Amino acid sequence: MIPKGFLKFVGKRTILLLISLVAAIYISILLANLGGIIDEMVKADLIMSITMNVKNNPAYQGLTASERQKIIDSLYQSALEAKGLNTPFLVRSLYYLRDALTLDLGTALYLTSDSGSKQVRLIILERLPQTVMLFTTVTIINFFTNLLGGLIIARKYGSKIDKAIAALAPTSTIPGWVYGIFLLLVFYTWLHVLPAGGLVDYPPPKDPILYSLSVLRHMILPMLSWTIAGLFLGIYSNRTFFLIFSTEDYVEVAKAKGLPPRRVDMGYVMRPTLPSIVTGLSFAIIGSWSGAIITETVFDWPGLGKLLSMALSYPDPPVIVGEVAIYAWLLTLTVLTLDIVYAFLDPRVKVWGG
Amino acid sequence: MSSSTRRGGFKGVLQEVLSYKSAIIGLALLVFLMVLSIYTMVTMPLPEAIKAWRASEAWSRNPRNAQPEWVELFSGKKLPRTLIVSLGEADEARVPLEDGKMAVSRVAYFNYEYDEFPSELIVFFNSSYSESPTVQIYWIRPDGEEIFLKKHSLRRPDDKLYLSNDLGLELRLEGLFESKIGGKPNFMVTIEKGLFAVYSQDPRVLKGKYGVRLETVLNASDTLNAEVVVYGCVYGIAGTDHLRRPLIIGLLWGTPIALAFGLTASVLTTALSLIIGTVSGWYVGKVDLVIQRVVEINAILPFLPILIMLTTFYRIDLFIILLCVVLLSIFSLGIKQTRILVMQIKSYPYIEAAQAYGASNMRMIMLYVIPKILPPVVPSMISSVPGFVFLEAALSFLGLGDPFLPTWGKIINDAYTNGAVYKGMYYWVLEPAFMLILTAVSFALIGMALERIVNPKLKEL
Repeated sequence: MIPKGFLKFVGKRTILLLISLVAAIYISILLANLGGIIDEMVKADLIMSITMNVKNNPAYQGLTASERQKIIDSLYQSALEAKGLNTPFLVRSLYYLRDALTLDLGTALYLTSDSGSKQVRLIILERLPQTVMLFTTVTIINFFTNLLGGLIIARKYGSKIDKAIAALAPTSTIPGWVYGIFLLLVFYTWLHVLPAGGLVDYPPPKDPILYSLSVLRHMILPMLSWTIAGLFLGIYSNRTFFLIFSTEDYVEVAKAKGLPPRRVDMGYVMRPTLPSIVTGLSFAIIGSWSGAIITETVFDWPGLGKLLSMALSYPDPPVIVGEVAIYAWLLTLTVLTLDIVYAFLDPRVKVWGG
Repeated sequence: MSSSTRRGGFKGVLQEVLSYKSAIIGLALLVFLMVLSIYTMVTMPLPEAIKAWRASEAWSRNPRNAQPEWVELFSGKKLPRTLIVSLGEADEARVPLEDGKMAVSRVAYFNYEYDEFPSELIVFFNSSYSESPTVQIYWIRPDGEEIFLKKHSLRRPDDKLYLSNDLGLELRLEGLFESKIGGKPNFMVTIEKGLFAVYSQDPRVLKGKYGVRLETVLNASDTLNAEVVVYGCVYGIAGTDHLRRPLIIGLLWGTPIALAFGLTASVLTTALSLIIGTVSGWYVGKVDLVIQRVVEINAILPFLPILIMLTTFYRIDLFIILLCVVLLSIFSLGIKQTRILVMQIKSYPYIEAAQAYGASNMRMIMLYVIPKILPPVVPSMISSVPGFVFLEAALSFLGLGDPFLPTWGKIINDAYTNGAVYKGMYYWVLEPAFMLILTAVSFALIGMALERIVNPKLKEL
């Protein structure tokens, strides 16, 4: 059913993207270790786990502190050798690369997950759903709102509302987090109608329905801030885009044939522009990953971004490096998914595939 | 490329830009910001500003978290300024005592005509002595009533006496208040209210002439100066922050920093991307392949997390942050568009002619290719400035900006971490945000007008 060429395309893109991912993570490791920070992190991690093991091991209970230290030192040396950490940096960096790619991200210095774990991987994965729930959702909603708005305004070309949208387009240079602060000042500080931040009320309601309602209430302001930030420029650029395409000859022909405006919009304006629209969506989602860092900090939203800003206030290097790796993975997956969607939509890829 | 830009050169472009109303507003804003930057750099050199921003003692006579003076226009009330009441040696009465010492009594008066209570009361001493003198301070209300405030032995020559957080005094004032009105008042009697309020159920300022009297015993060679600072609620045109610093310093200096950062980052990024894209399209083959790979890797590199990682690990200053931003931005996806354009231009006859007379690759790229693809890039360069300005602000907001320079993002960060949003100190957040928006809108307006000029398809719409 799925053409072989399509699978070949997906396979090729996956391999290329994975190579890019390996390179991107390797570059991140090199950058992070300019001052030897990863080395220190990994060594501190080893010493801690060995010390804990020795302390908890009943066989070593009777020993004096210095004897125990000797055992710890020798265990540490052999662990370094076993993990290949006393090798030159070039070799060592490859071990780090393997760990980062498999998301074996070590243990955090200060931060813990809600379940009490110090595993960086668990801390990060626990936060991921919140970021996706809020920001990926709002990005997709905004994207379609702007698309629809663009279509409608394009039909009302030259009207007052069209001119108003064009005049308001520069407001979108202001990022969502700045609008977030304004919204907080209005709806929390001034009017006291919406919460200042966080995921749910404190204490969290026991009833699952009340709980989700409380979460929704906390989502209003962050979502609104992003919607406002993208709205006018989004509608304006979509409108301009559709206007340019709606002057094409084939659209004129469709209109001349007497097709209803909806059919003209869907079949003759939207369809050929779909690949570019998908590219726009991919940029929006990619942008949302990093945009969320600041907005989550503003709204104290317990996602990846808030975790990153918490990690840098301690600072907790293992978590920071872990986040960079996770974001690189997320970007890779986003690009890959959108490449596949693109391949479905772009007739050139289809022809070449079939 | 529209024919008009080719015809008129720079002057023509400017004329065309000025035919857009939005562009005129944008340019006017930009000129204003530039004038403000120059004014700032001339009147307050950077080292001085950094020193002032970091000094805490210098601002000790400023109110803490004071609103700007113009909030009076909205509140309709006369809000208190800071009054410094000096208890110097001018109006003193000295009575010699038997052991060669002097009993000294000084009094100073001031008018308090504001509608709100002061925010704080502190007595600053400046003295020299052989043995620590003990001072007694009295408060004189406009109706002539005298209240004993405190007996205090100086701990050091430049001692400070924080009256506002003296619990004992607060309890005494509360008791006094209750005995005057015969019951509990409807408000918390703080030190400021206890001293300045009309004796009634509701907090109201008693306006009039207040006095402070100081009594002490000094040796003949001792000197003692005291200043009672009655802190107001408003300060200057921008207010103060939690460290009593005037925000205007940060707001003013934020301007040249934001402009310099945004413009340098956008010009460097655009120019370098353009050159890389051109090289990629010109030398197809291995160079192109490498550049295309780098672009794809760069798309996977998480920009902001990496920037955050670098600034956290290495505590770098603004210049290095700028370099990192540029390095991480030049291999953008825009390179692919430039590359395709250059590939088309390469087959034009005039390039072939240049090749025929033996022009070098460098000459052809710089003189024949780049000028051809430059015009469409300029609007996007201008439009990308706000992004970089907000990027710097975002880093500062996370506490990662330059460690010394006062910037708008840093002010927002200070406001945020000190609870401005929770305590309703709007001015602290809104002032730097307003400056950021002014900058962003100015570049956005100019960029959009330029885009219409360069792209004739948009011009018709």
